[in-house]
Amino acid sequence: MSKEEKKVNRRDFLFTASYTVGAVGLGAVVWPLVDQMNPDKAQQALATTEVDISQVEPGKSITVLWRGKPVFLKRRTEDEIEEARAVKMDDLPDPQRDEDRVKEGKDEWLVMLGVCTHLGCVPLKNKGDYKGWFCPCHGSHYDVSGRIRKGPAPKNMEIPKFEFVDNNTIKIG
Amino acid sequence: MSDHEYTPKSKVGKWFNDRLPLLTLGAHLTDYPTPKNLNYWWTFGGILTFCLITQIVTGIVLAMHYVAHADLAFASVEHIMRNVNYGWLIRYIHSNGASMFFLAVYIHIFRSLFYGSYKSPREVIWIIGLMIYLLMMAAAFMGYVLPWGQMSFWGATVITNLFSAIPLVGESITTWLWGAYSVDNPTLNRFFSLHYLIPFLILGLVVLHIWALHVPGNNNPVGIDIKKPSKDTVPFHPYITIKDAFALLMFMIIFAGFVFFSPNVLGHSDNYIPANPLVTPAHIVPEWYLLPFYAILRSVPDKLGGVILMFGSIFILFVLPWLDTSKVRSAVFRPIYRQFFWIFVLDVLMLGYMGAMPAEGIYLVLARVGTIYYFLHFLVVLPVVGFLEKTDPIPLSISEPVLSAGAELSLAKKENGKI
Repeated sequence: MSKEEKKVNRRDFLFTASYTVGAVGLGAVVWPLVDQMNPDKAQQALATTEVDISQVEPGKSITVLWRGKPVFLKRRTEDEIEEARAVKMDDLPDPQRDEDRVKEGKDEWLVMLGVCTHLGCVPLKNKGDYKGWFCPCHGSHYDVSGRIRKGPAPKNMEIPKFEFVDNNTIKIG
Repeated sequence: MSDHEYTPKSKVGKWFNDRLPLLTLGAHLTDYPTPKNLNYWWTFGGILTFCLITQIVTGIVLAMHYVAHADLAFASVEHIMRNVNYGWLIRYIHSNGASMFFLAVYIHIFRSLFYGSYKSPREVIWIIGLMIYLLMMAAAFMGYVLPWGQMSFWGATVITNLFSAIPLVGESITTWLWGAYSVDNPTLNRFFSLHYLIPFLILGLVVLHIWALHVPGNNNPVGIDIKKPSKDTVPFHPYITIKDAFALLMFMIIFAGFVFFSPNVLGHSDNYIPANPLVTPAHIVPEWYLLPFYAILRSVPDKLGGVILMFGSIFILFVLPWLDTSKVRSAVFRPIYRQFFWIFVLDVLMLGYMGAMPAEGIYLVLARVGTIYYFLHFLVVLPVVGFLEKTDPIPLSISEPVLSAGAELSLAKKENGKI
């Protein structure tokens, strides 16, 4: 009786060991098949863009393509900056100070992804209830700082990583 | 599978059938006992098979000319339309074929809802059918992206962004789906690959769908269990095949009407503008067959909530056989459910209309009412009505109401009729 039990135990061990090794092997084979769908090296190589901003007048904005997405570079007027900073935090669904959305000393430059945080459409400039941007897809309103004020979008428009290379050039990414 | 013995007449046939019983399968499909009272709502299974084959054949041909690259896709579709011999015809059959496929599948689904075909013992048929429906939506969505027009691009952007609503991993999943940091060439490539794959998955599920159907046999307009074979059944061939063929011809006339006289009426003109990642069209709408779900998505003022309700509106159908508490299948004998059924049909149609309108003002209000009612129908109306409803007497057999003298006899059988 005890002999038989021992036999069964050894077989159990072999089963468990085989299943475990099999599962690890299967995982090792599946992962490359899954990961191949992530952005490849060519896509990652497009990760930075340099933009010449010397031609942009106050109150105007330009749009550039970065990693397949539009980036708005807006040179804001004094009035617009003041307006953005006068907003009470309580009025914002995603509270964030305007100061935290720009580089210190370069307050006139708002650099953000021109992508609605709802479902990824490109909002239209100088439209909507808050004189900022308005997304035509599902009706989200953004203010002059690109912060969400009204509509289904959950967050403010994203600020990408960027830096001033010199006074006339911004490097995004 | 087969409930009768079959021996091929020829020697070769017998030799082959002993090794692979394909001829037995053929005989089973020919003789398959079918309720004799099936009406024309039951012809859409055959029509859907035709639609699937049409999409596969035209799709394979289109893939011989189409180029899945962001820079070339739009031009290659125009090339198909202008240069390829009969390319315009094949593409219009394929693009309108998708719409006809959905038209047929919606009739097929609502027939099931009316006659209770999803109920025991046919739950597995129903669930496989829903899996086919989900795959159809995935295939149709990806197919719509392939011409790489403005609606293709922005439709793909909006739909893939739905996944970014998932907490924590949403952004990573979206990037993984894209293979880039936005909808781009890698996205187009993989959509083409999957668009080619899915129809064959559907084909496999269709085989399972029919297999599962042939275990209990067809439901029927009276919704009662019948003995097979019996006086209540007829062989599938020629009785059902000829009826299916006639319905298919009627269906093909409508299909051809779209293809030859208004091939673009179901599409959107913005898709004849090449994709531009810098400009979103003023009014993004999905294809008509997805509009009710789009209306549900937009009716919720919260991103994650909208996505959950939209997917929920489809997944709730999977548990429908257990939400409907009534043992009586056919709505013919369910006076209360019958009315709710038609209200539900109107509700879905209204949601579809709201999905096509801008999400503001009265449209938004009506979309919200429609969304709430959609879920009420499944979560409250169906369970409660099943308990409270006093159903009409059910005939003992398909022949009984026809052969009996009329109302008197029917009433006399009332006691037997309650289940």
